[in-house]
Amino acid sequence: MTHHVVLRVVAKLIIPLILLFALYVQFHGDYGPGGGFQAGVIFSAALILYALVFGLDSAQRAVPTTAVRVLMALGVLLYGGVGITSMLLGGNFLEYDVFAAEPAAGQHLGILLVELGVGITVSTTMLAIFYAFAGRRAAR
Amino acid sequence: MLLGFLVVIAIAIVRLRNLVAVIMLTGIYSLHAALFFVALDAVDVAFTEAAVGAGISTVLMLATLGLVGHEESRPSSRAWLPLAVVLVTGGALVFATLDMPRFGDPDAPIHRHVAPRYIIDSPRETGLPNMVTSVLASYRGYDTLGETVVIFTAGVGVLLLLGGRRRDDEEQE
Amino acid sequence: MALSLYNYWIVIVLMMTGFYIVIRSTNLVKKIVGLNIFQTSVFILYISMGKVEGGTAPIVTDGATAYSNPLPHVLILTAIVVGVATTALGLTLVVRIKEAYGSVDEEAIQRQDREA
Repeated sequence: MTHHVVLRVVAKLIIPLILLFALYVQFHGDYGPGGGFQAGVIFSAALILYALVFGLDSAQRAVPTTAVRVLMALGVLLYGGVGITSMLLGGNFLEYDVFAAEPAAGQHLGILLVELGVGITVSTTMLAIFYAFAGRRAAR
Repeated sequence: MLLGFLVVIAIAIVRLRNLVAVIMLTGIYSLHAALFFVALDAVDVAFTEAAVGAGISTVLMLATLGLVGHEESRPSSRAWLPLAVVLVTGGALVFATLDMPRFGDPDAPIHRHVAPRYIIDSPRETGLPNMVTSVLASYRGYDTLGETVVIFTAGVGVLLLLGGRRRDDEEQE
Repeated sequence: MALSLYNYWIVIVLMMTGFYIVIRSTNLVKKIVGLNIFQTSVFILYISMGKVEGGTAPIVTDGATAYSNPLPHVLILTAIVVGVATTALGLTLVVRIKEAYGSVDEEAIQRQDREA
């Protein structure tokens, strides 16, 4: 691994940009193309690239396996929680209109939260799957 | 034109026996599909397909090959039976397409039911210009919740099958 | 008339190519590749149906007169990501089969099952 200097330098340059782009896609998905699914996949692609270039161990130091598993469930919980909250506020399940005085503002907030939940689950699930495959190889 | 490329790549995948080359071609195939989606105005879909098909699934398939080996043996049975099945099925499907509406027809049934409602009302009701996002997260929030749970479940299944947990336990003992 | 259905025919050719790989190949990894091709052909079918002549991407812009149908886009967008998750699950099963049988070739696995 140590002698791929070009690969390492280029990866170091572009991985932060990929992560930044993923966040842009996540939070700008309301206005341009993008959203939780795409952002999650791009985010995990950046971390997988990091694991491929710098080794699985350093990737797992940066994003521990336990954190990945917790976040996997947390994303789904966030999504479901938004639905339950809207019920508690007097609306139907996943009816965002009740989150703010104005329906459109409530919709905006609800969509943002739901997309965040999707993004978290998708990115960490992809990462967990990759860790599982790569860890299997390391164990053999 | 792009579709022609897709067919060529798919047939190359059938012919090749080296699985590493097959998987590389699958990545290229996905990228072409993504370009085609851009041509058909499905920018969000193209985005996803490019990141998933050419990125993640290629890496996962290569990781699998690293674990299972990469040469395909020649099947012992003859090719005529599968070929016959495929040709008959394909023929039946082509016959079925003759009833389909013309490509790009604005009056096709698919564009007459709920789509106008989304296109006309969603920018006002959700305040978001991207209709795909508002339909995904708001109008069809239940669907998306289901899809997210499916992804989560698949992830849990992979973790269970590949025994990540078991290895952790061994380290603790 | 003939050209107006061209997209759908290509979809069928791709779909049948994937189907052929699934039933013809004995290698489990290649079967999954075949399933992926099949899946992508379905995506292309949906997106082709959602296209409106003279339409633009379904994001509100000034001066746009028609938009393509956003509904198929939503369905396929989620289907792609679900697809990769289920593909990963399938690949996991292949890895486990390799560890249990020492082979990913369908015929070798069936031979071992008969002998057992």
